[in-house]
Amino acid sequence: MSENLPADTPTAARALVPAAFGTSTARRGGVVRRLLRNPLGALSAAVLLLIVVAVVLAPLLAPQDPGASSLRDAFAGPSGAHPMGMDSAGRDILSRILHGGRNTLGGALIALGIALALGVPSGLYAGYYGGRFDSAATWAVNLVMSLPAMVVLLASRAILGPNVWVLMIVLGVLAAPSFFRLVRGIVAGVRKELYVDAAKVSGLSDTRIVARHILIVVRGPVIIQVALVAGIAIGLQAGLEFLGVGSGSAPTWGAMLNEAFQNIQRAPLPMLWPGLALGLTNGALVLLAGALRDGLEDRTGHAAKPHRARDRAAAVPSAAADSPAGQRAGLLSVRGLTVAYAQPDGSDKEVVHGVDIDVRAGEIVGLVGESGSGKTQTAFSVLGILPEGGRVSGGSITIKGQEVVGLPERAHRALRGGTVAYVPQEPMSNLDPSFTIGSQLMEPMRHALGISRKEAARRAVDLLRLVEIPDPERVVGLYPHEISGGMAQRVLIAGAMSGDPELLIADEPTTALDVRVQAEILELLRRLQKDRGLGVLLVTHNLGVVADLCDRVAVMNSGRIVETGTTEQVLHAPQDPYTRTLLDAVLDEAPARAPWEPREARSTTA
Amino acid sequence: MTVTEATAPADALLSVQDLRVSFPSKGWRAPRTEVLKGVSFDVRPGETLGLVGESGSGKTTIGRAVLGLVPVRSGTITFAGERIDQASSAHRRRLGRDLQVVFQDPYTSLNPSRTIGDTLAEPLLGHGASVREARGRVGDLLARVHLPADAAARLPHEFSGGQRQRVAIARALALRPRLVICDEPVSALDLTTQRTVLDLLLEIQEETDVAYLFVTHDLSVVRFVSHRVAVIRHGQIVETGDARIVTTEPQHAYTRALMLSAPVADVTEQRRRRQAAQRLAEQTVQPAADDG
Amino acid sequence: MLNFIARRIAAGALLLVVISFLSYLLLSIPDVDVGRQLLGQSADQAAVDAKNASLGLDRPVLEQYTDWLMHAVRGDLGTSWFTSEDVGDAVAGRLPVTASLMLGVTLVTTAVSFLLGVWAAVRRGAVDRFVQILGVVGYALPGFLVTLVIVLVFAVNLNWFPAIGYTAFTESPAGWLSTVTLPVLSLSVASVAGVSQQVRGAVIDVLRQDYVRTLRARGLPASRIVLRHVLRNASAPALSVLGMQFVGLLGGAVLVEQIFGLPGIGSMTVTYTARGDIPVIMALVMLTVAGVVLINLLVDIMIGWLNPKARVA
Repeated sequence: MSENLPADTPTAARALVPAAFGTSTARRGGVVRRLLRNPLGALSAAVLLLIVVAVVLAPLLAPQDPGASSLRDAFAGPSGAHPMGMDSAGRDILSRILHGGRNTLGGALIALGIALALGVPSGLYAGYYGGRFDSAATWAVNLVMSLPAMVVLLASRAILGPNVWVLMIVLGVLAAPSFFRLVRGIVAGVRKELYVDAAKVSGLSDTRIVARHILIVVRGPVIIQVALVAGIAIGLQAGLEFLGVGSGSAPTWGAMLNEAFQNIQRAPLPMLWPGLALGLTNGALVLLAGALRDGLEDRTGHAAKPHRARDRAAAVPSAAADSPAGQRAGLLSVRGLTVAYAQPDGSDKEVVHGVDIDVRAGEIVGLVGESGSGKTQTAFSVLGILPEGGRVSGGSITIKGQEVVGLPERAHRALRGGTVAYVPQEPMSNLDPSFTIGSQLMEPMRHALGISRKEAARRAVDLLRLVEIPDPERVVGLYPHEISGGMAQRVLIAGAMSGDPELLIADEPTTALDVRVQAEILELLRRLQKDRGLGVLLVTHNLGVVADLCDRVAVMNSGRIVETGTTEQVLHAPQDPYTRTLLDAVLDEAPARAPWEPREARSTTA
Repeated sequence: MTVTEATAPADALLSVQDLRVSFPSKGWRAPRTEVLKGVSFDVRPGETLGLVGESGSGKTTIGRAVLGLVPVRSGTITFAGERIDQASSAHRRRLGRDLQVVFQDPYTSLNPSRTIGDTLAEPLLGHGASVREARGRVGDLLARVHLPADAAARLPHEFSGGQRQRVAIARALALRPRLVICDEPVSALDLTTQRTVLDLLLEIQEETDVAYLFVTHDLSVVRFVSHRVAVIRHGQIVETGDARIVTTEPQHAYTRALMLSAPVADVTEQRRRRQAAQRLAEQTVQPAADDG
Repeated sequence: MLNFIARRIAAGALLLVVISFLSYLLLSIPDVDVGRQLLGQSADQAAVDAKNASLGLDRPVLEQYTDWLMHAVRGDLGTSWFTSEDVGDAVAGRLPVTASLMLGVTLVTTAVSFLLGVWAAVRRGAVDRFVQILGVVGYALPGFLVTLVIVLVFAVNLNWFPAIGYTAFTESPAGWLSTVTLPVLSLSVASVAGVSQQVRGAVIDVLRQDYVRTLRARGLPASRIVLRHVLRNASAPALSVLGMQFVGLLGGAVLVEQIFGLPGIGSMTVTYTARGDIPVIMALVMLTVAGVVLINLLVDIMIGWLNPKARVA
């Protein structure tokens, strides 16, 4: 709503300008082209252009002088000479709309210019250099933003008199914070980017860095913000005029609305025209901002059109029957698994192309591959937690003989709480920051086992003890940000153990950890597996982890399993060329580099 | 065989003495957090010094302090005979010729909206090359890192992580520097890509005699690329020495623990290491939740 | 937490003093002979001077301000220059009208925005499109235009509610309800548009978090995850927008009260600023800023309660 200007522009802008902006900006040029290709963008640009041209050329286009009145024709309806009819004083509405636009749009333009001139440079400076200027400016901006624009404008009238043009300057000052905050936020973000550090190291001056790296990122969001603030300024200008804060004689859209509103019972039609003018202008501005945003946005950043599982027929587990791939393991058996993601154009992209894998009770199987090989997708399929847009498009997955492909969500969920458990990669981001460790451990237990709060609390402490966390009674009361990464991973393992699972799916469980912590976690996993006879599917890219923990290995590349065997077989006598490439890249065996010699010595000995 | 040179050898290209860096802590009047507590080392021309440590050890801060990206609290940094720890911004700009960087993350170290050619030309233009010269040199640089010449006109998102890292290396080489700070340059890469990027770095070093300060957490990487290795923990260097010696016969218990913790892709060898690590843990009783 | 609240209250009080000083200074700039204005052109100079002296306008601005501040701190906001009314009483008489509007809008906005936002984020599809279109419309149309349309439809055409006037709650609760419904509806359109968008965005963000996947992997039903975990984590950003919306609402209230003829703070602002009645304007500015400070404090406390990490800051 237009009255909300200074305070809520940044938020509204945030709603309209996605967070991705800071980092992923436009690809080169073509923004205007893409804007015009967007029908809504082209339309709103055209409407806006039309309005501006009409208003600028008002003296030429208007059928008569906006002040000329003939009381005889008061409230006359639309006619050939007066296409919009006459107002209460018998003045031609069309002429008044055209001339009024000059005041309304002109006022908004002044406010916008001042807001830009104040907000953008200060935001650039504060964001780039930080420090005292930043603190002072931010404080001032927060101060201005805690003032309701309409109230300040009205109070300003007491000081500056009823001149709307002057009030628009005040509005400009009030709107400047929205630009300041936008620009400062983006610049402060970009400033931390490594490419800015690299430019600094390259010896570029600050002005050059700002010109080359910063302005380009700020440009798009500022243009969008201009459109939004323009709309708001127009609304506020009209609002002030509507309240009668103005000289009165000059026609403006707000004053026209006021006058029409006074006579609403007699003739509602005169309200339509200025209302339409305002609505069209502002609507066009906001839609243009939206189209600009879409034009600037990275195409790759946009998620596929979501669809829920039941929108599509789930894959029918068929592969089991015609799969010749040997005896299926009792605990987990995957046959011919394919996983596909919906693309924006409606087609499917397959990322896993027919994977076979088995995990027997008490066995640790490594699923090894590089990024993008589909190993995590395979693990998520077993758990039934593929991200939005992804689905199992074919094959069969059985857990303890039960087919889970096509299984209703409720039944799959019951499996997840009990038989199957999951240990994720990033310990910190996998704990809910708003709940204590104890409450996060207790909740699934109480849900799955229906036990009392007290019993769940007791079990939570036992679980923490199980994963060798010292002082578990204290740790249950801590929040995730109060514990270390290694301890967080132990908590997650404790959580996985809470349903007394038989199958553990561990997705890179030590990748985010330092080596010594990694060794501890691997030791813990080994002990738990041995004590409880767990079957483990261990997804990893680290062949050392495989050698340390796994009984058997499956090597995955580009969505396919290329080699399976015991760990000794695969690591020591690889059959597949890809496995060999992978092993060759391991640096463990590579000799340490020889000590340094001066260049002269090297050239003689070499 | 812990080496602590008190004074810089005459042949050092970079010499860091008793470097201390601290950051203001959260909260009003809280004591500053000491990140580096007196670090000393030096790097000779054409040499690679590996700085290895766990997260939070301060290893990355060392590189950033040398580059002037974090303020130095006390201590000296001497580069090619000149003090640079409190260098003015004009001096820093000049240093860009000789002192360069390759960052860890190949996705954020290149401006997504600038072409590869723009990115590579940037340091050249900043140091007074004409557009024409810069364009010619961009071609050479791309060839140097084994990227096709047409890469210049493309944007970073069209390249894989390994290729982007090659671009970052090319940018660092553009001004023919004498020292490149490599801040975990291969940590974000897949195993196979990692190997090729390391090979490229070694190849360039052989050719140009550039020195590397190679910051990493990965012992196998550091052993492969470094002539000498410094092990850093809690902002202090615990052990320095030739790569082979530090990584095979470490003197300090921490280095030994670090070595034995990293699993190797060999089942029998890994079993042996695991047992050795357990023995070591039993000997040196450490608080359980140390910095895990 | 108490420490945090105490600090915020101190900062708010400081803000009030700074703004009161700036306002007083700015309001004193125009070289207007208030005594002359009050007594009219025909009054003789001695009477005008006496009037000015009785209002304290013959003293230096700084002294006037200190005097005003000292009284204001004790709850005495002075008397209106033009009506000789006690400013405190005048404001207090109109506050319930605006307060009931604000309360109504806040309740409606919170309830509807969370419902729409969560629904749009979780279900996507038609509701999602509706929320997005509402966001654009609510943002594009000037608030008073929306209000005019609402008056036109519900009061003039359908005649469901009175177009104008106010009945106090103590007089007739039903009458009160019928007079505040349309104003609250008018103000809520824009707030709901803004806040529901924000809730939608925040919920989508949280749904993508790793811990949501982990909770799913623990066998918790989606509904429980959304209601307990997603909602709580998404509330903080949504609440801060709600706080910001409040500043805008105060401005919106001016127009809405004027259109509906409600005897609230907003319409009071229009009347008294037109006359340049400084004691009243000062009181109104202080009241709005205090309202904003209070709302922000409440929002911060709620965010701190929801988010343990924010508590330490």
